Amino acid sequence: MEVEAAKLIGAGLATIGVAGAGVGIGTIFGQYVAGGFRNPSASSKQFGNVLLGFALTEAVALYALVVAFLILYGF
Amino acid sequence: MTENHSPLEQFTIKRIFDLNLGGIDVSFTNSAAFMMVSIILIGSLMILGARKKLLIPNRWQNLVEITYELVAKTVRDNIGDEGKKFFPFIFSLFIFILFCNGLGLIPYSFTVTSHIIVTFTFATLVFVGVTVLGFFRHGLKFFSIFLPPGVPIFLAPLLIPIEIISYLSRPVSLSVRLAANMMAGHTMIKVFAGFVVALGLYGIAPLLFLVAIYALETLIAFLQAYVFAVLTCLYLNDAIHMQH
Repeated sequence: MEVEAAKLIGAGLATIGVAGAGVGIGTIFGQYVAGGFRNPSASSKQFGNVLLGFALTEAVALYALVVAFLILYGF
Repeated sequence: MTENHSPLEQFTIKRIFDLNLGGIDVSFTNSAAFMMVSIILIGSLMILGARKKLLIPNRWQNLVEITYELVAKTVRDNIGDEGKKFFPFIFSLFIFILFCNGLGLIPYSFTVTSHIIVTFTFATLVFVGVTVLGFFRHGLKFFSIFLPPGVPIFLAPLLIPIEIISYLSRPVSLSVRLAANMMAGHTMIKVFAGFVVALGLYGIAPLLFLVAIYALETLIAFLQAYVFAVLTCLYLNDAIHMQH
């Protein structure tokens, strides 16, 4: 197999890792909404934590993207 | 401007003034130019905004006070009273990353923090600073952060290498998070902008999506600066208080 073809396949496969971040971010915001239904007065204090959790989970998706870019353009 | 074919072309470094100091290339690049613009903007906002020191703040002074209070609250909540010494450092880090991220949102500009070397410098400064601080404060007992309290002793040979690896991956994760967020966001903007031009009249659909993406990117620019500052505070707290 040519290197170019292998690079394209590798980059495509590396993007599958972004799915985990989708699950994670959905979990964070889902728990925030569910907690808001149970205890509405406490939900505004937790919003900072929600944003922090979102950013940290998004970072994992971007690590997968970085690997895909590395395979595509680095080697 | 019509020669930019690839969405990754916006990240190339262009030299504005060529400068050579003893064989080392220290030219003034577009990256350095945007860093200077960022510093000038920060300086003028903070200094001119709060110059009159009104008791009831006007709009600019209010903005300065809100920014100050946001970072001060973060430092206070995460480090406690000892954090006051580190507030200038955290504030400088936060406001510089925020303005560099924000300047990159302007079309045809350059995002300083999208280059891994810039964010790696920030992350290495934080990591080396926190580690050296930990060693100065606690001496060789600093190594006990790798063994959390209340762990049964037979788990220790498994847990300590994991803790060491996760500690050493902090600068990597800190730098890659910021750089990859900036690069991915701006690449996506350029790709959708290409669609708008290519579709002609039906380009209204990707244009509306582009508006939504710009809103997301503005949020991400602020959020990534905030997350960098919060994580720096958490690492400082780990090194100073060492309940870990």
